[in-house]
Amino acid sequence: MSGASDVMIVGGGLMGSSAALFLRGHGISVTLLETDLIGRQASGTNFGNVRRQGRAIHQLPLANRAIAIWRKSRELLGADIEYLQSGHIRVCYRERPELVGAMEEYADKARLEGLDLELLSGNALRDKFPFFGPDVLAGSYSATDGHANPRLAAPAFARAAQKLGAVVHENTKIIDAQKVGEDFIVTAADGRTFRAPILLVTAGAWGNALSSQFGEPVPIVPRGPNMSVTEPVPYAIPPAVGVMTPIEEETVYFRQVARGNIVLGGSTRGPSYPDDYRAYVLPQNTLSQLKQIRRLAPQLGKLNIIRVWSGIEGYMPDSQPVMGPSATTSGLYYAFGFSGSGFQIGPGVGETMAEVIAKGATDIPMEPYRIARFAAQG
Amino acid sequence: MAEPRIIIVGAGPAGTRAAQACVAAGIRPIVIDEGRRDGGQIYRRQPEHFTRPYEKLYGTEANLAQAVHGAFDAIRDRIDYRPETLVWNIADRHVWTANQTIQAALPFDALLLCTGATDRLMPVKGWNYAGAYSLGGSQVALKSQAVSIGHRVVFMGSGPLLYLVASQYVEAGAQVAAVLDTSPFSARVKAMPDLMAVPSVLWNGVKLTRVLKRAGVVVQHGVTPLEIVGDADTGVSGIRYRDGGGKEQRIACDAVAMGYHLRPETQLADLARCAFAFDPLTRQWLPERDGDGRASVEGVYLAGDGAKILGARSAEASGKLAALAALGDLGLPVDKGEMTSLRADVATYARFARGLARAFPWPAAQAAALPDEAVLCRCEGVTAGDLRAVMRETGAKEANRAKAFSRVGMGRCQGRYCGLAAAELIAAEAGIPVEQVGRLRGQAPVKPLTIAIGDEE
Repeated sequence: MSGASDVMIVGGGLMGSSAALFLRGHGISVTLLETDLIGRQASGTNFGNVRRQGRAIHQLPLANRAIAIWRKSRELLGADIEYLQSGHIRVCYRERPELVGAMEEYADKARLEGLDLELLSGNALRDKFPFFGPDVLAGSYSATDGHANPRLAAPAFARAAQKLGAVVHENTKIIDAQKVGEDFIVTAADGRTFRAPILLVTAGAWGNALSSQFGEPVPIVPRGPNMSVTEPVPYAIPPAVGVMTPIEEETVYFRQVARGNIVLGGSTRGPSYPDDYRAYVLPQNTLSQLKQIRRLAPQLGKLNIIRVWSGIEGYMPDSQPVMGPSATTSGLYYAFGFSGSGFQIGPGVGETMAEVIAKGATDIPMEPYRIARFAAQG
Repeated sequence: MAEPRIIIVGAGPAGTRAAQACVAAGIRPIVIDEGRRDGGQIYRRQPEHFTRPYEKLYGTEANLAQAVHGAFDAIRDRIDYRPETLVWNIADRHVWTANQTIQAALPFDALLLCTGATDRLMPVKGWNYAGAYSLGGSQVALKSQAVSIGHRVVFMGSGPLLYLVASQYVEAGAQVAAVLDTSPFSARVKAMPDLMAVPSVLWNGVKLTRVLKRAGVVVQHGVTPLEIVGDADTGVSGIRYRDGGGKEQRIACDAVAMGYHLRPETQLADLARCAFAFDPLTRQWLPERDGDGRASVEGVYLAGDGAKILGARSAEASGKLAALAALGDLGLPVDKGEMTSLRADVATYARFARGLARAFPWPAAQAAALPDEAVLCRCEGVTAGDLRAVMRETGAKEANRAKAFSRVGMGRCQGRYCGLAAAELIAAEAGIPVEQVGRLRGQAPVKPLTIAIGDEE
């Protein structure tokens, strides 16, 4: 037996790392097990949007919980994860004027959840954001959203958890998980085993491999984000920018980091290979993204991209994560399948899962995330 | 059967000879090259309207340069030649190209990567100042534009290119303040048996040192670079180093050309998903290939200095050999006897190249000794101290992990210039062998790609 603790977490992304930190806050001993290195896949390769607007309304309480953590992240983590509360603007195109109504409707509902959005169009929009192209019709601006550096975030949470006593094992691929008596026993590929009475699965695209061992398969699909970054240019664009559209190809977004590079994302998603631990950006997806970026902000056409990347994300058919207790096995909890939009809520997920495990309850509505919603299909 | 689609990337000595072999077999290959003209780096051709003679431009290599250019000119009409074109990605047996904003996806049955080499650079404090150049860059200035990088130039580093470019500067009438070689002379003596493999090239090297001697240029061996003196506004004003006897010296200059032999441009092999292996002699990761140039990925072939630094003569042989291997694999008749003879040539040059690697070793310890304030990654402005601090805080000791946390190697050049030194610094700091640090994964685009790509459609 290599290690025993109160809680074992399998999956060292942002969810698992932040859960480890907050579990230590409750005085619970915790072991975090990661196949590769902390935060290398979905948590480290995503766009970095710390964005509440645009989320399902029922996710906003979780998002609000997360934003409070993002705001104090520097003190909490003792590290700079480049969080900027510099705003988020979501726009729609002239071709789809009906989306202005959808934006207004969303803003009304979001306000009830504590998220204030400002709707802008015409000169008001262009005065504030002169970089938009002529196709852009209107926008919804959230002053309290922003962005952060995904490469730094999850590792900083894991290091902070370690400083508080969490045990972190990287390069530890779990190939088997069982409940034996009151304890879960998980086995790594190299034969090491770990034991704890509580198991939290935060394994992203690999989550189904573990939930299936407890009779709860879920229809998760691995995909990879389509990301690019430009060379650095003088800092001029504070907010993260995104497009609201029903067409996947049009769904692009960008943000400028303080150093000056502009990170571009979206348009399509690529294939990813969880078994090989690799994901690739397809060249045609890069071209489709750049075309859509030119439409959104034509002046960006003057810049070069210097790098593209992807990672492995787990998508659920309803775009909602699997989060909460197992329906089959006591002491087993899940938080995975964040469907390409887990970064902002990540720290809130960690805090909420720690609360559920430590106290047995939370005020955060968890109904939409129940794993049992897939049971009928199984 | 349709004509096999062969794509050759690079129009230097390897690419030219590969294309020539394809044409001889009745195939019209696509030849893609970033340069405005063929010839590659080593035989870079002057702009069309320039008229300097071969002897002047290429010195001891004039005949070889002329032969390679002549070979290219002779097949020019029988190949699909695409100059000034970047291969920015490879996927699903297509190469993706960009020529300004024009994009194309070209399918291939065989892909020959003849991507050449760039300077292997070792950072030194002050190498970010205006006036600090790579040896290759200073040679381009001379060959292509007929200009010197400064009024008074110090050549510093190691390797044959150090002497070649310094002598070319002397012969062009530039003032060369000194040639400072980090390799001890004893290393050259010890490497002599291997260097004797190609006596003519060895003799050319001797001739270069004579040119320098005749011109009264100070040549020192076994030096340790300490600092390129200067400031951000006015650029380079001098150089500080320890001589072979351990005594600190200072030389005034307004430009420095630096390089430590060469490193292969392997990013396309990486994007083609070829397997790599660590080469302990040069302390570099190289794409694996068989004796004829076949990479680990079917249909991908590697030749010339882009696969391993074996020199321009070897590139001609390995380019042709890889093309014959590809043609044979595609079911076309090839001259087996010629392949045997090319293999023998490549083996001879490989022995010579091993001698060069031993004569002019990469001074890995200098990376470890970089002062904290020295810039390590010029693209991202990351200092040696920044990287050390990140390692202490995060425990990162794998190349890509250190990059993710510190930005070393994350800029425009993707670590092509700082990556090898950064790996040495990480290895020294972590107390592990450099091969355990791993290698930076290549990512598309290999060079910056305009967002306006495809805009004309």
